Amino acid sequence: MKRFILFSLAICGILFSVNSQKIKGSETVLPISEKTAQIFMNHKKSATITVTGGGSGVGISALLEGTTDIAQASRKIKFSERQKLQNTGQNVEEVIIAYDALAIIVNPGNNVNKLTREQLEGIFTGKIKNWNELGGANIKIIPYSRETSSGTYEFFREYVLENKNFMSGIMSMPANGSIIQSVSQTKGAIAYVGLAYLNKSVKPIAVSFDNGKSYSKPTVENAKNKSYPVVRPLYFYYNTASEAIVKPYIDFVLSPDGQKIIEEVGYVTVK
Amino acid sequence: MTNIKVFRNIIDKIIEKLFTISGAVTSITILLITLFLFKEGIGLFHTPEVERGYKVFVNSQNGVEELSSLKLKEIFDSEITNWRDVGGKDLDIKIFRIDDVFRLYSESEFGENYELLPQKLNEIISKEDGIIAFLPIQYAPESPDVKELLSKNINAKDYFFGKEWIPTATPAPLFGVLPLVLGTLLVSIMALVMAVPLGLGVAIYLSELAGENQRKLMKPIIELLAGIPSVVYGFFGLVVIVPFVQKTLQIPVGETAFTGSVVLAIMSLPTIISVAEDAMRNTPRSMREASLALGATKWQTVYKVIIPYAKSGISAAVVLGIGRAIGETMAVMMVTGNAAVIPVSIFESVRTIPATIAAELGEAPTGDAHYQALFLLGCILFVFTMIISISAEFISKKQYNKAS
Repeated sequence: MKRFILFSLAICGILFSVNSQKIKGSETVLPISEKTAQIFMNHKKSATITVTGGGSGVGISALLEGTTDIAQASRKIKFSERQKLQNTGQNVEEVIIAYDALAIIVNPGNNVNKLTREQLEGIFTGKIKNWNELGGANIKIIPYSRETSSGTYEFFREYVLENKNFMSGIMSMPANGSIIQSVSQTKGAIAYVGLAYLNKSVKPIAVSFDNGKSYSKPTVENAKNKSYPVVRPLYFYYNTASEAIVKPYIDFVLSPDGQKIIEEVGYVTVK
Repeated sequence: MTNIKVFRNIIDKIIEKLFTISGAVTSITILLITLFLFKEGIGLFHTPEVERGYKVFVNSQNGVEELSSLKLKEIFDSEITNWRDVGGKDLDIKIFRIDDVFRLYSESEFGENYELLPQKLNEIISKEDGIIAFLPIQYAPESPDVKELLSKNINAKDYFFGKEWIPTATPAPLFGVLPLVLGTLLVSIMALVMAVPLGLGVAIYLSELAGENQRKLMKPIIELLAGIPSVVYGFFGLVVIVPFVQKTLQIPVGETAFTGSVVLAIMSLPTIISVAEDAMRNTPRSMREASLALGATKWQTVYKVIIPYAKSGISAAVVLGIGRAIGETMAVMMVTGNAAVIPVSIFESVRTIPATIAAELGEAPTGDAHYQALFLLGCILFVFTMIISISAEFISKKQYNKAS
């Protein structure tokens, strides 16, 4: 019996010494962490990394409970979450691993090419109802939004609508793919998607966050040189206590090799 | 010999007991699930309107004591900009959220564990007469200059008859289920209006008119329809039916209640067809032959003899069809556009109860008001489907009485 216990302990010890870690959270960051984790494991045979989605909030609460080593998030940690961490005496480190630009898209048949933040707020809160108010054709505006569980929804509401609520009864779609599909077949549609999801069937428009002084198109270059305003950082959060375990992987993501993968997946690099 | 008999008896007893136990366990589990559902759902009415852990504060000079969640939402959306509109003084409303404090002061000014935060908040609130601040309770400033707005618990009337469903509104989310309930009913009833005549037609064809070969070919094809995953129907609806509806009817959006009901109609067809067809085929041969022998035509036989005889079976088919339609989630979520508005026409986007639960439960923290509101939505759906299955039971009982 004693021998058995010792044996189990030894096995546990081996398991823990092996570089095993879990990543959980945002669906937006998921393609990055999946790809980088896969290549990292190819380089370093002893490492095992498990990546799961669930949403930014899910990742951060898992970090609080200690069920994940890294929380991936498409938004900054909230004040209330930071509070909970402080209450439990944990210290969390924040790393920005990439940037994601949010593109405002319309139907390709729409002749409106640029909008200001104020106009976007008017559209998504339901104050501007027809494209002819914005210099377009006489077509009703149909704004599409993501479901409320999305970090993208949360970011758009905070950043573009300045914390106001979307109009009640806005069309809300379960995924980025169905947003693209709907916008491509609805004449008066307008919506927001991550830059990585952009394709030929929809038209991205230039936006201005300085009252129409300068407009900028959503491209990787514009996001990089900061001329495009709707850009959000993507984060990794980890507990400082487990720094030794997670550091090699995070260093890999931030290395030129890792950043090259991020560019391939369609996001904007940190440097 | 007797030994074997005793042994068999024991085995029989054991098997009997096992069956009893499994029956009991299943019933208890179902009861517990229902209890859990209702317990979580009813909890909503003991939850304050303002988000848990937060309170709304104003300057003590302010005459307003209490604000409804609708008014709070309008204030924080800058739709109401003057205190006069909510019964206060003629004063501009200034909105303040906890994150704004980090823009006014640097992080280091709050001390190690934010001990100085309440003091700073107090400074801000006492300086501004027209301020309304949404703050976490643990940093609530306690001073005579600051007044806490009273907040009621969410009440049943606002929930069941509320017209706005905005679960992410801060500081007070709006849970009005009327648009969701009406949306669900509209889509399901429209689907039935389309599916029942078509389904009965096919059932009559299959049971009365089709030859043996056609039946052998068509029956499996129709049953195959039931085997297609609902997400595939949803995708088909989004890519094919949505643009089709939009182009042919010349409406601004293709994601409408109508599109949803077309998809649901296709989905509930197999159930309606096979149940109705079975009922019709169960009409005794003697009745059919008697009718034909009296000189009735085939059509007269169908609608004077077979349909009346199979009436309860057909009703059961319809009721089962409703059951299929009302609980469908994925397909509806993909094609109806999910806009939470009270539908005034069928060519408008609607949001159904199952789609709402599926889309939102993932992000609602356990025990939160949003979580409870979704559970209560589940209860509403449960009551709907229970009414449907009780009526199905009732109808089939009627058939039994008639047969005897």
